[in-house]
Amino acid sequence: MAKSSVTKVLFGPIFDNNPIALQILGICSALAVTTSINVSVVMSIAVVAVVAFSSAAVSAIRHYIPSSIRIIVQMTVIASAVIVVDQVLKAFLYDISKQLSVFVGLIITNCIVMGRAEGFAMKNGVWMSFLDGIGNGLGYGMVLLFVAFFRELFGSGSLFGYELLQLDRNGGWYNPNNLMLLPPSAFFIIGILIWLIRLNKPEQIEES
Amino acid sequence: MPQRDSIGFTVLVATVLCVVCSLAVSAAAVALRPLQEQNKVLDRQRNILDAAGLAMGEFGRGASELSKTQIDELYSRVSEKLVDLETGEYVTDLDPKEYDAREAAKKPDMSVEITDPQFDIGVPRREKIARVYFVKNPGSDAIQQVVLPVYGKGLWSTLYGYLALKNDLETIEGLTFYEHAETPGLGGEVDNTKWKAQWVGLALYNDEGVPAAEVAKGPAPEDSEYAVDGLSGATITCRGVTNLVRYWAGPNGYGPFLGQLNKEISGDATVAEPERNIESGVEQYDIDNAGEKEPVGE
Repeated sequence: MAKSSVTKVLFGPIFDNNPIALQILGICSALAVTTSINVSVVMSIAVVAVVAFSSAAVSAIRHYIPSSIRIIVQMTVIASAVIVVDQVLKAFLYDISKQLSVFVGLIITNCIVMGRAEGFAMKNGVWMSFLDGIGNGLGYGMVLLFVAFFRELFGSGSLFGYELLQLDRNGGWYNPNNLMLLPPSAFFIIGILIWLIRLNKPEQIEES
Repeated sequence: MPQRDSIGFTVLVATVLCVVCSLAVSAAAVALRPLQEQNKVLDRQRNILDAAGLAMGEFGRGASELSKTQIDELYSRVSEKLVDLETGEYVTDLDPKEYDAREAAKKPDMSVEITDPQFDIGVPRREKIARVYFVKNPGSDAIQQVVLPVYGKGLWSTLYGYLALKNDLETIEGLTFYEHAETPGLGGEVDNTKWKAQWVGLALYNDEGVPAAEVAKGPAPEDSEYAVDGLSGATITCRGVTNLVRYWAGPNGYGPFLGQLNKEISGDATVAEPERNIESGVEQYDIDNAGEKEPVGE
Protein backbone atom coordinates (compact mmCIF):
# COMPACT_ATOMS: atom_id res chain seq x y z
CA MET A 1 0.00 0.00 0.00
CA ALA A 2 1.33 3.43 -0.90
CA LYS A 3 2.02 5.95 1.84
CA SER A 4 -1.35 7.38 2.76
CA SER A 5 -1.77 11.06 3.50
CA VAL A 6 -3.40 12.29 6.69
CA THR A 7 -6.37 13.90 4.97
CA LYS A 8 -7.02 10.84 2.87
CA VAL A 9 -6.90 8.54 5.85
CA LEU A 10 -9.00 10.82 8.01
CA PHE A 11 -11.65 12.06 5.58
CA GLY A 12 -11.62 9.34 2.94
CA PRO A 13 -13.89 7.03 4.92
CA ILE A 14 -16.56 9.70 5.34
CA PHE A 15 -17.71 9.79 1.71
CA ASP A 16 -15.24 8.15 -0.68
CA ASN A 17 -14.82 4.95 1.21
CA ASN A 18 -17.61 4.95 3.74
CA PRO A 19 -17.62 1.75 5.78
CA ILE A 20 -21.42 1.45 5.74
CA ALA A 21 -22.28 2.92 2.35
CA LEU A 22 -19.50 1.37 0.28
CA GLN A 23 -18.23 -1.57 2.28
CA ILE A 24 -21.66 -2.34 3.82
CA LEU A 25 -20.11 -3.10 7.22
CA GLY A 26 -21.69 -2.49 10.61
CA ILE A 27 -25.30 -2.44 9.40
CA CYS A 28 -26.70 -4.25 12.44
CA SER A 29 -26.15 -1.51 14.96
CA ALA A 30 -27.02 1.14 12.37
CA LEU A 31 -30.53 -0.31 12.31
CA ALA A 32 -30.84 -0.65 16.05
CA VAL A 33 -29.72 2.64 17.56
CA THR A 34 -30.96 5.18 15.04
CA THR A 35 -34.43 5.95 16.40
CA SER A 36 -33.19 9.14 18.01
CA ILE A 37 -30.34 11.51 17.26
CA ASN A 38 -29.08 11.83 20.81
CA VAL A 39 -28.52 8.12 21.09
CA SER A 40 -26.90 7.99 17.65
CA VAL A 41 -24.46 10.75 18.56
CA VAL A 42 -23.33 8.90 21.66
CA MET A 43 -23.10 5.62 19.77
CA SER A 44 -20.98 7.32 17.08
CA ILE A 45 -18.63 8.78 19.65
CA ALA A 46 -18.33 5.38 21.31
CA VAL A 47 -17.49 3.74 17.99
CA VAL A 48 -14.98 6.48 17.09
CA ALA A 49 -13.23 5.97 20.42
CA VAL A 50 -13.19 2.20 20.12
CA VAL A 51 -11.96 2.07 16.52
CA ALA A 52 -9.32 4.75 17.06
CA PHE A 53 -7.85 3.29 20.23
CA SER A 54 -8.04 -0.33 19.25
CA SER A 55 -6.45 0.41 15.85
CA ALA A 56 -3.68 2.38 17.51
CA ALA A 57 -3.07 -0.38 20.04
CA VAL A 58 -3.07 -3.13 17.44
CA SER A 59 -0.72 -1.08 15.29
CA ALA A 60 1.63 -0.49 18.20
CA ILE A 61 2.08 -4.20 18.83
CA ARG A 62 1.81 -5.33 15.21
CA HIS A 63 5.46 -6.44 15.00
CA TYR A 64 5.03 -8.72 17.98
CA ILE A 65 1.75 -10.40 17.11
CA PRO A 66 2.31 -14.01 16.04
CA SER A 67 0.29 -14.60 12.90
CA SER A 68 -1.32 -17.75 14.29
CA ILE A 69 -3.17 -15.83 17.02
CA ARG A 70 -3.47 -12.56 15.10
CA ILE A 71 -7.26 -12.38 15.04
CA ILE A 72 -7.77 -13.36 18.65
CA VAL A 73 -5.23 -10.75 19.77
CA GLN A 74 -7.14 -8.09 17.86
CA MET A 75 -10.40 -9.29 19.37
CA THR A 76 -8.97 -9.08 22.88
CA VAL A 77 -7.77 -5.53 22.35
CA ILE A 78 -11.11 -4.49 20.84
CA ALA A 79 -13.13 -6.18 23.56
CA SER A 80 -11.12 -4.43 26.26
CA ALA A 81 -11.62 -1.05 24.60
CA VAL A 82 -15.37 -1.68 24.32
CA ILE A 83 -15.71 -2.65 27.97
CA VAL A 84 -13.86 0.48 29.05
CA VAL A 85 -16.12 2.65 26.88
CA ASP A 86 -19.19 0.89 28.26
CA GLN A 87 -18.06 1.52 31.84
CA VAL A 88 -17.41 5.19 31.10
CA LEU A 89 -20.87 5.58 29.56
CA LYS A 90 -22.50 3.94 32.55
CA ALA A 91 -20.66 6.31 34.86
CA PHE A 92 -21.21 9.57 33.01
CA LEU A 93 -24.13 9.16 30.60
CA TYR A 94 -26.36 6.76 32.47
CA ASP A 95 -29.62 7.55 30.68
CA ILE A 96 -28.21 7.13 27.23
CA SER A 97 -26.25 4.05 28.17
CA LYS A 98 -29.56 2.55 29.30
CA GLN A 99 -31.06 3.24 25.89
CA LEU A 100 -28.04 1.86 24.07
CA SER A 101 -28.19 -1.16 26.38
CA VAL A 102 -26.61 -4.11 24.71
CA PHE A 103 -25.46 -2.30 21.58
CA VAL A 104 -22.40 -0.78 23.21
CA GLY A 105 -21.24 -4.27 24.04
CA LEU A 106 -22.02 -5.31 20.49
CA ILE A 107 -19.48 -2.82 19.13
CA ILE A 108 -17.11 -5.73 19.68
CA THR A 109 -18.77 -7.57 16.85
CA ASN A 110 -19.05 -4.50 14.66
CA CYS A 111 -17.25 -5.50 11.47
CA ILE A 112 -15.82 -2.01 11.05
CA VAL A 113 -13.59 -2.29 14.11
CA MET A 114 -12.23 -5.69 13.23
CA GLY A 115 -11.94 -4.76 9.57
CA ARG A 116 -9.81 -1.70 10.30
CA ALA A 117 -7.60 -3.55 12.76
CA GLU A 118 -6.92 -6.36 10.32
CA GLY A 119 -6.99 -4.34 7.10
CA PHE A 120 -5.16 -1.18 8.09
CA ALA A 121 -3.61 -1.18 11.55
CA MET A 122 -1.59 -4.37 10.94
CA LYS A 123 0.26 -2.64 8.09
CA ASN A 124 0.52 0.98 9.19
CA GLY A 125 2.04 3.14 11.92
CA VAL A 126 0.35 4.02 15.19
CA TRP A 127 -0.57 7.60 14.34
CA MET A 128 -1.96 6.71 10.91
CA SER A 129 -3.97 3.85 12.38
CA PHE A 130 -5.36 6.14 15.02
CA LEU A 131 -6.47 8.65 12.37
CA ASP A 132 -7.85 5.86 10.22
CA GLY A 133 -9.89 4.72 13.20
CA ILE A 134 -11.26 8.20 13.76
CA GLY A 135 -12.06 8.55 10.07
CA ASN A 136 -13.91 5.27 9.88
CA GLY A 137 -15.73 5.98 13.11
CA LEU A 138 -16.83 9.32 11.68
CA GLY A 139 -17.91 7.67 8.45
CA TYR A 140 -20.06 5.31 10.48
CA GLY A 141 -21.35 8.16 12.62
CA MET A 142 -22.24 10.22 9.55
CA VAL A 143 -24.52 7.48 8.27
CA LEU A 144 -26.00 6.97 11.74
CA LEU A 145 -26.85 10.65 12.05
CA PHE A 146 -28.31 10.78 8.55
CA VAL A 147 -30.56 7.82 9.27
CA ALA A 148 -31.44 9.02 12.76
CA PHE A 149 -32.37 12.48 11.45
CA PHE A 150 -35.12 11.07 9.25
CA ARG A 151 -36.22 8.38 11.64
CA GLU A 152 -36.59 10.73 14.57
CA LEU A 153 -38.19 13.52 12.53
CA PHE A 154 -40.81 11.36 10.83
CA GLY A 155 -41.16 8.70 13.51
CA SER A 156 -41.39 10.90 16.60
CA GLY A 157 -41.82 14.37 15.10
CA SER A 158 -38.81 15.65 17.00
CA LEU A 159 -35.08 16.32 16.66
CA PHE A 160 -32.65 15.94 19.57
CA GLY A 161 -35.74 15.27 21.69
CA TYR A 162 -37.38 18.63 20.91
CA GLU A 163 -40.81 18.29 19.39
CA LEU A 164 -40.91 20.02 16.00
CA LEU A 165 -43.98 18.44 14.44
CA GLN A 166 -46.61 18.28 17.14
CA LEU A 167 -48.00 14.78 17.33
CA ASP A 168 -51.71 14.11 17.12
CA ARG A 169 -51.62 12.10 20.34
CA ASN A 170 -50.29 15.20 22.09
CA GLY A 171 -52.98 17.38 20.54
CA GLY A 172 -51.11 18.38 17.38
CA TRP A 173 -51.57 17.61 13.71
CA TYR A 174 -48.79 15.22 12.79
CA ASN A 175 -49.58 11.54 12.61
CA PRO A 176 -46.20 9.86 13.00
CA ASN A 177 -45.02 7.16 10.67
CA ASN A 178 -44.60 4.12 12.87
CA LEU A 179 -42.53 2.31 10.26
CA MET A 180 -39.80 4.86 10.93
CA LEU A 181 -39.54 3.59 14.49
CA LEU A 182 -38.98 0.02 13.37
CA PRO A 183 -35.61 -1.25 12.19
CA PRO A 184 -36.59 -1.94 8.54
CA SER A 185 -36.95 1.78 7.87
CA ALA A 186 -33.21 2.16 8.39
CA PHE A 187 -32.72 -0.22 5.48
CA PHE A 188 -34.70 2.05 3.18
CA ILE A 189 -32.89 5.17 4.35
CA ILE A 190 -29.45 3.59 4.06
CA GLY A 191 -30.42 2.39 0.59
CA ILE A 192 -31.44 5.89 -0.44
CA LEU A 193 -28.22 7.29 1.04
CA ILE A 194 -26.11 4.81 -0.91
CA TRP A 195 -28.01 5.74 -4.06
CA LEU A 196 -27.38 9.46 -3.44
CA ILE A 197 -23.67 8.91 -2.82
CA ARG A 198 -23.27 6.80 -5.92
CA LEU A 199 -25.19 9.31 -8.01
CA ASN A 200 -22.43 11.78 -7.19
CA LYS A 201 -19.58 9.29 -7.26
CA PRO A 202 -20.32 6.88 -10.09
CA GLU A 203 -16.96 5.19 -9.59
CA GLN A 204 -18.43 3.47 -6.51
CA ILE A 205 -20.99 1.58 -8.57
CA GLU A 206 -20.13 -2.10 -8.64
CA GLU A 207 -20.23 -3.92 -11.94
CA SER A 208 -22.92 -6.48 -12.12
CA MET B 1 13.96 -11.60 19.85
CA PRO B 2 12.95 -15.22 19.48
CA GLN B 3 11.15 -16.47 16.42
CA ARG B 4 7.84 -14.57 16.14
CA ASP B 5 5.79 -17.64 15.33
CA SER B 6 7.43 -20.03 17.78
CA ILE B 7 5.15 -21.64 20.35
CA GLY B 8 6.98 -20.08 23.26
CA PHE B 9 6.68 -16.57 21.89
CA THR B 10 3.03 -17.05 20.99
CA VAL B 11 2.23 -18.12 24.53
CA LEU B 12 4.23 -15.21 25.91
CA VAL B 13 2.41 -12.67 23.76
CA ALA B 14 -0.95 -14.15 24.65
CA THR B 15 -0.14 -14.06 28.37
CA VAL B 16 1.19 -10.52 28.39
CA LEU B 17 -1.75 -9.29 26.34
CA CYS B 18 -4.27 -10.92 28.62
CA VAL B 19 -2.66 -9.46 31.73
CA VAL B 20 -2.45 -5.96 30.26
CA CYS B 21 -6.03 -6.02 28.96
CA SER B 22 -7.48 -7.40 32.16
CA LEU B 23 -5.63 -4.76 34.16
CA ALA B 24 -7.08 -2.02 31.95
CA VAL B 25 -10.60 -3.41 32.17
CA SER B 26 -10.57 -3.96 35.91
CA ALA B 27 -9.01 -0.56 36.54
CA ALA B 28 -11.85 1.08 34.63
CA ALA B 29 -14.47 -1.02 36.37
CA VAL B 30 -13.16 -0.38 39.86
CA ALA B 31 -12.46 3.32 39.35
CA LEU B 32 -15.91 4.02 37.92
CA ARG B 33 -17.97 1.78 40.20
CA PRO B 34 -18.87 4.48 42.78
CA LEU B 35 -20.19 6.77 40.05
CA GLN B 36 -22.16 3.97 38.47
CA GLU B 37 -23.71 2.93 41.75
CA GLN B 38 -24.66 6.52 42.41
CA ASN B 39 -26.28 6.74 38.99
CA LYS B 40 -28.26 3.60 39.62
CA VAL B 41 -29.56 4.82 42.96
CA LEU B 42 -30.39 8.22 41.52
CA ASP B 43 -32.20 6.60 38.62
CA ARG B 44 -34.30 4.49 40.96
CA GLN B 45 -35.14 7.50 43.10
CA ARG B 46 -36.18 9.47 40.02
CA ASN B 47 -38.54 6.69 38.95
CA ILE B 48 -40.13 6.49 42.37
CA LEU B 49 -40.61 10.24 42.50
CA ASP B 50 -42.19 10.12 39.06
CA ALA B 51 -44.53 7.30 40.02
CA ALA B 52 -45.60 9.17 43.14
CA GLY B 53 -46.06 12.34 41.10
CA LEU B 54 -43.83 14.28 43.49
CA ALA B 55 -41.53 15.76 40.85
CA MET B 56 -44.51 17.02 38.87
CA GLY B 57 -46.25 18.27 41.98
CA GLU B 58 -43.32 20.21 43.41
CA PHE B 59 -41.39 21.36 40.40
CA GLY B 60 -43.82 20.87 37.50
CA ARG B 61 -41.26 18.77 35.65
CA GLY B 62 -40.45 15.11 35.28
CA ALA B 63 -37.83 13.81 37.69
CA SER B 64 -35.38 13.20 34.84
CA GLU B 65 -35.02 16.96 34.44
CA LEU B 66 -34.27 17.66 38.08
CA SER B 67 -30.80 18.10 39.50
CA LYS B 68 -29.30 15.76 42.03
CA THR B 69 -29.85 18.15 44.94
CA GLN B 70 -33.50 18.57 44.04
CA ILE B 71 -33.89 14.80 43.87
CA ASP B 72 -32.17 14.42 47.23
CA GLU B 73 -34.46 17.01 48.73
CA LEU B 74 -37.61 15.37 47.38
CA TYR B 75 -36.42 11.89 48.19
CA SER B 76 -35.91 12.81 51.82
CA ARG B 77 -39.70 12.42 52.05
CA VAL B 78 -39.50 8.81 50.95
CA SER B 79 -38.57 5.92 53.23
CA GLU B 80 -37.86 2.36 52.20
CA LYS B 81 -38.81 -0.91 53.86
CA LEU B 82 -38.72 -4.59 53.06
CA VAL B 83 -41.86 -6.69 53.36
CA ASP B 84 -42.47 -10.39 53.21
CA LEU B 85 -45.07 -10.73 50.47
CA GLU B 86 -46.66 -13.85 51.89
CA THR B 87 -47.33 -12.62 55.41
CA GLY B 88 -47.31 -8.90 54.71
CA GLU B 89 -45.00 -8.35 57.69
CA TYR B 90 -41.96 -6.11 57.60
CA VAL B 91 -38.63 -7.83 57.29
CA THR B 92 -36.09 -6.42 59.67
CA ASP B 93 -33.08 -8.67 59.27
CA LEU B 94 -32.11 -7.45 55.79
CA ASP B 95 -30.72 -4.08 54.81
CA PRO B 96 -33.17 -2.32 52.46
CA LYS B 97 -30.26 -0.43 50.93
CA GLU B 98 -28.40 -3.60 50.00
CA TYR B 99 -31.31 -5.83 49.03
CA ASP B 100 -31.74 -6.46 45.30
CA ALA B 101 -35.20 -7.80 44.52
CA ARG B 102 -34.34 -8.70 40.95
CA GLU B 103 -31.39 -10.80 42.03
CA ALA B 104 -33.54 -12.42 44.68
CA ALA B 105 -36.14 -13.44 42.08
CA LYS B 106 -33.45 -15.51 40.39
CA LYS B 107 -32.30 -17.33 43.53
CA PRO B 108 -34.30 -20.47 44.40
CA ASP B 109 -34.18 -19.86 48.15
CA MET B 110 -35.21 -16.21 47.92
CA SER B 111 -38.07 -16.66 45.46
CA VAL B 112 -41.25 -18.67 44.98
CA GLU B 113 -42.72 -20.21 41.88
CA ILE B 114 -45.79 -18.51 40.49
CA THR B 115 -48.26 -21.33 39.99
CA ASP B 116 -51.65 -21.06 38.35
CA PRO B 117 -52.04 -17.34 38.87
CA GLN B 118 -55.36 -15.59 38.43
CA PHE B 119 -53.53 -12.96 36.42
CA ASP B 120 -50.59 -14.22 34.42
CA ILE B 121 -47.59 -11.91 34.49
CA GLY B 122 -45.58 -14.24 32.28
CA VAL B 123 -42.73 -14.67 34.75
CA PRO B 124 -42.04 -18.08 36.32
CA ARG B 125 -40.82 -16.91 39.76
CA ARG B 126 -41.11 -13.89 41.97
CA GLU B 127 -39.07 -12.79 44.97
CA LYS B 128 -40.33 -13.55 48.48
CA ILE B 129 -39.35 -10.20 49.87
CA ALA B 130 -40.09 -6.89 48.16
CA ARG B 131 -38.92 -3.37 48.81
CA VAL B 132 -41.74 -0.86 49.28
CA TYR B 133 -41.59 2.90 49.62
CA PHE B 134 -43.56 5.28 51.81
CA VAL B 135 -44.07 8.91 50.91
CA LYS B 136 -44.71 11.38 53.70
CA ASN B 137 -45.19 15.10 53.79
CA PRO B 138 -42.29 17.13 55.16
CA GLY B 139 -42.46 17.34 58.93
CA SER B 140 -45.26 14.80 59.23
CA ASP B 141 -45.25 11.13 60.06
CA ALA B 142 -48.50 10.23 58.35
CA ILE B 143 -48.09 8.07 55.27
CA GLN B 144 -49.36 9.89 52.20
CA GLN B 145 -48.60 7.33 49.55
CA VAL B 146 -47.11 3.89 49.24
CA VAL B 147 -45.09 2.99 46.14
CA LEU B 148 -44.88 -0.66 45.09
CA PRO B 149 -42.45 -2.11 42.55
CA VAL B 150 -44.32 -4.14 39.92
CA TYR B 151 -43.31 -6.06 36.84
CA GLY B 152 -44.67 -8.38 34.19
CA LYS B 153 -44.34 -9.44 30.59
CA GLY B 154 -45.51 -7.28 27.71
CA LEU B 155 -44.98 -8.27 24.10
CA TRP B 156 -41.19 -8.31 23.76
CA SER B 157 -39.94 -7.67 27.22
CA THR B 158 -40.63 -7.62 30.92
CA LEU B 159 -41.92 -4.23 31.97
CA TYR B 160 -40.55 -2.99 35.28
CA GLY B 161 -42.30 -0.15 37.01
CA TYR B 162 -43.74 1.42 40.13
CA LEU B 163 -47.35 1.60 41.20
CA ALA B 164 -48.13 4.42 43.62
CA LEU B 165 -51.22 4.21 45.84
CA LYS B 166 -52.93 6.86 47.92
CA ASN B 167 -53.03 6.29 51.66
CA ASP B 168 -56.53 4.79 51.38
CA LEU B 169 -54.64 1.97 49.60
CA GLU B 170 -57.40 1.73 47.00
CA THR B 171 -56.77 4.68 44.73
CA ILE B 172 -53.98 4.70 42.18
CA GLU B 173 -51.73 7.71 42.39
CA GLY B 174 -49.54 6.86 39.42
CA LEU B 175 -47.98 4.09 37.35
CA THR B 176 -44.65 4.42 35.59
CA PHE B 177 -42.40 1.95 33.85
CA TYR B 178 -38.69 2.52 34.04
CA GLU B 179 -37.50 -0.38 31.99
CA HIS B 180 -39.02 -2.17 29.02
CA ALA B 181 -38.28 -2.89 25.39
CA GLU B 182 -41.72 -2.60 23.82
CA THR B 183 -42.07 -1.30 20.26
CA PRO B 184 -41.47 2.45 20.25
CA GLY B 185 -44.62 4.27 19.19
CA LEU B 186 -46.89 1.29 19.90
CA GLY B 187 -46.34 -0.59 23.16
CA GLY B 188 -43.62 1.91 24.01
CA GLU B 189 -46.40 4.46 24.48
CA VAL B 190 -46.71 3.21 28.06
CA ASP B 191 -44.19 6.01 28.62
CA ASN B 192 -46.51 8.65 27.18
CA THR B 193 -47.20 11.22 29.90
CA LYS B 194 -50.79 11.78 28.74
CA TRP B 195 -51.55 8.11 28.98
CA LYS B 196 -49.86 7.78 32.34
CA ALA B 197 -51.91 10.71 33.63
CA GLN B 198 -55.09 8.66 33.09
CA TRP B 199 -54.06 6.27 35.86
CA VAL B 200 -54.17 8.95 38.50
CA GLY B 201 -57.26 8.62 40.67
CA LEU B 202 -58.32 5.26 39.28
CA ALA B 203 -59.85 2.72 41.67
CA LEU B 204 -57.62 -0.32 42.05
CA TYR B 205 -60.25 -2.69 43.46
CA ASN B 206 -63.92 -3.23 42.70
CA ASP B 207 -66.58 -3.38 45.40
CA GLU B 208 -65.78 -7.00 46.24
CA GLY B 209 -62.14 -6.09 46.82
CA VAL B 210 -60.93 -7.89 43.69
CA PRO B 211 -58.29 -6.05 41.65
CA ALA B 212 -60.17 -4.46 38.77
CA ALA B 213 -58.01 -1.67 37.36
CA GLU B 214 -57.33 -2.31 33.71
CA VAL B 215 -56.28 -1.02 30.33
CA ALA B 216 -59.43 -1.06 28.21
CA LYS B 217 -59.62 -2.27 24.64
CA GLY B 218 -59.97 0.95 22.71
CA PRO B 219 -61.16 4.02 24.59
CA ALA B 220 -62.10 3.48 28.23
CA PRO B 221 -65.87 3.54 28.94
CA GLU B 222 -66.86 7.03 30.06
CA ASP B 223 -68.38 5.95 33.36
CA SER B 224 -65.67 3.46 34.33
CA GLU B 225 -63.62 4.17 37.41
CA TYR B 226 -61.29 1.24 36.73
CA ALA B 227 -60.13 1.65 33.14
CA VAL B 228 -57.69 3.72 31.11
CA ASP B 229 -57.70 3.96 27.30
CA GLY B 230 -56.08 1.13 25.42
CA LEU B 231 -53.00 1.92 23.36
CA SER B 232 -53.74 1.32 19.70
CA GLY B 233 -51.58 -1.31 18.08
CA ALA B 234 -50.40 -2.59 21.43
CA THR B 235 -52.97 -5.17 22.47
CA ILE B 236 -50.51 -7.56 24.06
CA THR B 237 -48.58 -4.87 25.92
CA CYS B 238 -51.88 -3.54 27.28
CA ARG B 239 -53.00 -6.98 28.39
CA GLY B 240 -49.63 -7.38 30.09
CA VAL B 241 -50.07 -4.10 31.95
CA THR B 242 -53.57 -5.06 33.10
CA ASN B 243 -52.33 -8.43 34.31
CA LEU B 244 -49.34 -7.10 36.15
CA VAL B 245 -51.31 -4.38 37.94
CA ARG B 246 -53.97 -6.88 39.01
CA TYR B 247 -51.51 -9.60 39.96
CA TRP B 248 -49.44 -7.36 42.19
CA ALA B 249 -52.54 -5.81 43.74
CA GLY B 250 -54.02 -9.25 44.39
CA PRO B 251 -53.55 -11.85 47.12
CA ASN B 252 -50.41 -13.31 45.50
CA GLY B 253 -48.80 -9.91 45.24
CA TYR B 254 -49.01 -7.10 47.76
CA GLY B 255 -52.48 -8.06 49.00
CA PRO B 256 -51.37 -9.32 52.44
CA PHE B 257 -49.05 -6.37 52.92
CA LEU B 258 -51.71 -3.84 51.96
CA GLY B 259 -54.07 -5.51 54.42
CA GLN B 260 -51.52 -5.15 57.22
CA LEU B 261 -50.74 -1.60 56.23
CA ASN B 262 -54.41 -0.70 56.18
CA LYS B 263 -54.77 -1.86 59.79
CA GLU B 264 -51.69 0.10 60.67
CA ILE B 265 -52.90 3.31 59.05
CA SER B 266 -56.52 3.18 60.22
CA GLY B 267 -55.88 1.12 63.36
CA ASP B 268 -56.00 2.65 66.83
CA ALA B 269 -56.34 6.27 66.09
CA THR B 270 -53.61 7.49 68.40
CA VAL B 271 -52.06 7.79 65.00
CA ALA B 272 -48.69 9.01 66.08
CA GLU B 273 -47.91 5.84 68.03
CA PRO B 274 -47.75 3.21 65.31
CA GLU B 275 -46.15 5.66 62.90
CA ARG B 276 -43.39 6.36 65.37
CA ASN B 277 -42.73 2.67 65.57
CA ILE B 278 -42.18 2.53 61.86
CA GLU B 279 -39.72 5.37 62.08
CA SER B 280 -37.70 3.91 64.89
CA GLY B 281 -37.82 0.56 63.12
CA VAL B 282 -36.11 2.08 60.14
CA GLU B 283 -33.42 3.61 62.23
CA GLN B 284 -32.83 0.37 63.99
CA TYR B 285 -32.19 -1.37 60.73
CA ASP B 286 -28.90 0.28 60.16
CA ILE B 287 -27.68 -0.36 63.64
CA ASP B 288 -28.82 -3.97 63.61
CA ASN B 289 -27.35 -4.47 60.26
CA ALA B 290 -23.88 -3.23 60.87
CA GLY B 291 -23.15 -6.52 62.58
CA GLU B 292 -25.25 -8.74 60.41
CA LYS B 293 -24.37 -7.71 56.92
CA GLU B 294 -21.95 -10.53 56.23
CA PRO B 295 -24.11 -13.58 56.93
CA VAL B 296 -27.26 -12.04 55.46
CA GLY B 297 -25.76 -10.47 52.37
CA GLU B 298 -25.19 -13.36 49.96
